[in-house]
Amino acid sequence: MVTCVNDAMYPETGKAVVTLLRRLGVEVDFPEAQTCCGQPMVNTGYLDEAVPLVRNFVNTFDGYDAVVTPSGSCAGSVRHQHSLVARRAGDRALEEAVARTSPCSYELSEFLVDVLGVEDVGAYFPHKVTYHPTCHSLRMLGVGDRPLRLLQAVRGLKLVDLPKAEECCGFGGTFALKNAETSVAMGSDKARHVRESGAEVLVAGDNSCLTQIGGLLSRQRAGVRVMHLAEVLAATEGSTGHSAGHPVDAAEVGA
Amino acid sequence: MTATFVGMPAFPGAARTALADTQLRQNLAHATGTIRTKRARVVGEVEEWEELRLAGAAIKDNTLHHLDEHLLRLEESLTELGATVHWARDAEEACRIVAEVARGHGVDEVVKVKSMATQEIGLNEHLAEEGILAWETDLAELIVQLGDDLPSHILVPAIHRNRAEIREIFRREMGKVGRPAPEDLTDVPAELAGAARLHLREKFLRAKVGVSGANFAVADTGTLVVVESEGNGRMCLTLPEVLVSVVGVEKVVPTWGDLDVFLQLLPRSSTGERMNPYTSTWAGISPGDGPQEVHVVLLDNGRTKALADTVGRQALRCIRCSACLNVCPVYERTGGHAYGSVYPGPIGAILNPLLKGVGHDDQVDSLPYASSLCGACFEVCPVRIDIPEVLVHLRSQVVDTHRGHKPPKPEAVAMRTAAWTLGDARRLGLAERASGLVGRLTRRGRALPGGRRALGRLPWPGSLWSDARDLPQPPTESFRAWWKRTSGGRG
Repeated sequence: MVTCVNDAMYPETGKAVVTLLRRLGVEVDFPEAQTCCGQPMVNTGYLDEAVPLVRNFVNTFDGYDAVVTPSGSCAGSVRHQHSLVARRAGDRALEEAVARTSPCSYELSEFLVDVLGVEDVGAYFPHKVTYHPTCHSLRMLGVGDRPLRLLQAVRGLKLVDLPKAEECCGFGGTFALKNAETSVAMGSDKARHVRESGAEVLVAGDNSCLTQIGGLLSRQRAGVRVMHLAEVLAATEGSTGHSAGHPVDAAEVGA
Repeated sequence: MTATFVGMPAFPGAARTALADTQLRQNLAHATGTIRTKRARVVGEVEEWEELRLAGAAIKDNTLHHLDEHLLRLEESLTELGATVHWARDAEEACRIVAEVARGHGVDEVVKVKSMATQEIGLNEHLAEEGILAWETDLAELIVQLGDDLPSHILVPAIHRNRAEIREIFRREMGKVGRPAPEDLTDVPAELAGAARLHLREKFLRAKVGVSGANFAVADTGTLVVVESEGNGRMCLTLPEVLVSVVGVEKVVPTWGDLDVFLQLLPRSSTGERMNPYTSTWAGISPGDGPQEVHVVLLDNGRTKALADTVGRQALRCIRCSACLNVCPVYERTGGHAYGSVYPGPIGAILNPLLKGVGHDDQVDSLPYASSLCGACFEVCPVRIDIPEVLVHLRSQVVDTHRGHKPPKPEAVAMRTAAWTLGDARRLGLAERASGLVGRLTRRGRALPGGRRALGRLPWPGSLWSDARDLPQPPTESFRAWWKRTSGGRG
């Protein structure tokens, strides 16, 4: 699952996931019926509106060995909120389908480390990087230090600590608009910590958090760029973009 | 205290004012940062912390499932031990009961132990209307009361004040209501505490009626428990002839043994101490020792309504430790007043709507949205209240109360439109092509790090984002279009 935000706004992240997974020998598919996991509706309280999206998700992904998504919060929504939405809809068949699709949905770093069992993905990225452990990856999914282990294995990459790393960036979905002032106050402090880290690139596993932090950093002309973890892990010596790769006998995956 | 939260604006508006208060921001960042570190250290020492949390949650859940039985048992135990038990449906009834007891003894003042239940029911204001002065004796409550201010934290209600401001309040106000502050008072914490001790001492020694809440009420033994740091509680609980305690019905625990779990969870979570300095327990009347007339007011005030909510009822496990406030990134920046209630922070954002109900007050309805759902509160909660889960649940209740309204709120229209667009991949693809066109047409934006260009200033509601934050222009080609054009990246 590429996610609706990445599909519409950050296609390079999706391409990086495809490149990376193919490089690791995974057969990747992008079922074109996919849209959105429903998280924006659920988190704003519009549970009925989320029902068709959850239904579309299970119809699209039921049957794949693994559903990989480059977003901690979308993975969190699939694993923790879909059952809630299905229960509310009172649709037994949907509940059963959710019980099949939720457990095999993974955030990218979980899939790489836990399912594929790799930490060195063969990436090369000669830059000074700091990592923001987005809240839903950290606390809802519990991905722990998996992303850091993946980054530490990247050749040329210098990883520096982010002060108060575990504090929220203030994005929070519609919170960023409904409580814009508070959201910006939180994000400004996060941007300050990123600058204090001395990193050139801020990496995270969720482009929505990076939109918030990156949007503040660039407004400040901070000279720090933001990048999705997938794009760093996909980068190799001499590569600037994605490559086709060679699928081999491995689990079939819906990205 | 004459200040009240009545008429407070909804959270976003109140937060806007608070965010501009630089002194407040400074005080809160310092105080919450300090207490957060202390808590993390002492919680980290306890190997079986998770087991304690599970035990605390289980005891509370089991008790709440049989709340009626435990409350009747508590009433029986208390009555046997000479206490008078009153039942109060709401704030009004509870206030009337306390006022009647005070009036019955002909007093015009009472001394108070810090208590959230009496704050919740507005007891001080009610007593003031009847000509009875209620003196707060907790140091922070005293600061709030003298400053004609409002509490902004459950545990440290004057957390928004620094010591220079406290010195100012003491010098200006103490003399108006009793012993004045010393002429040469500085802002050294020990001196400020010394001034409060002297000021309060005459009130402790004079008062005939004490008013308290309780942290726990043990059904089997009829024991009420107050956990505190300063010793002012011990004074109020032992010196007056008459003691009235207002206790929320969810404070009951079945047995004395249950306290074992909570007396470990509470101090480490709240003040970041291994053990609190004073734990006072009393069971009815002890002849010749302490108050000889003891009243207990068991308070509902919305608690049974919260209990009826299958998702929300976990909020009744709360032991008022404030750990969720201290880690909350929203609370740290807005402070407590923005929540418009004596219960601020993440727990306040769920407790107020649960106790008061949603759908009839915009201020209450704004509280479940006063969170980025970061989950830090759930992580520290000693009784494992899944606050983000309850927040989302309450948001759905707020939305559901507005369903079918004509005309629908702009947000509802936006959400339905988004859900419709996202409900079908073909519609989403068309929307992406339209946004890609925007990307092609606005190629002139400022360059962003990474090579993309920024969108300019957006019209409302986009301005809520673009006033302070850049947004990249939509890409000219979506992932979906790329996948199709290149046959999955192979073309």
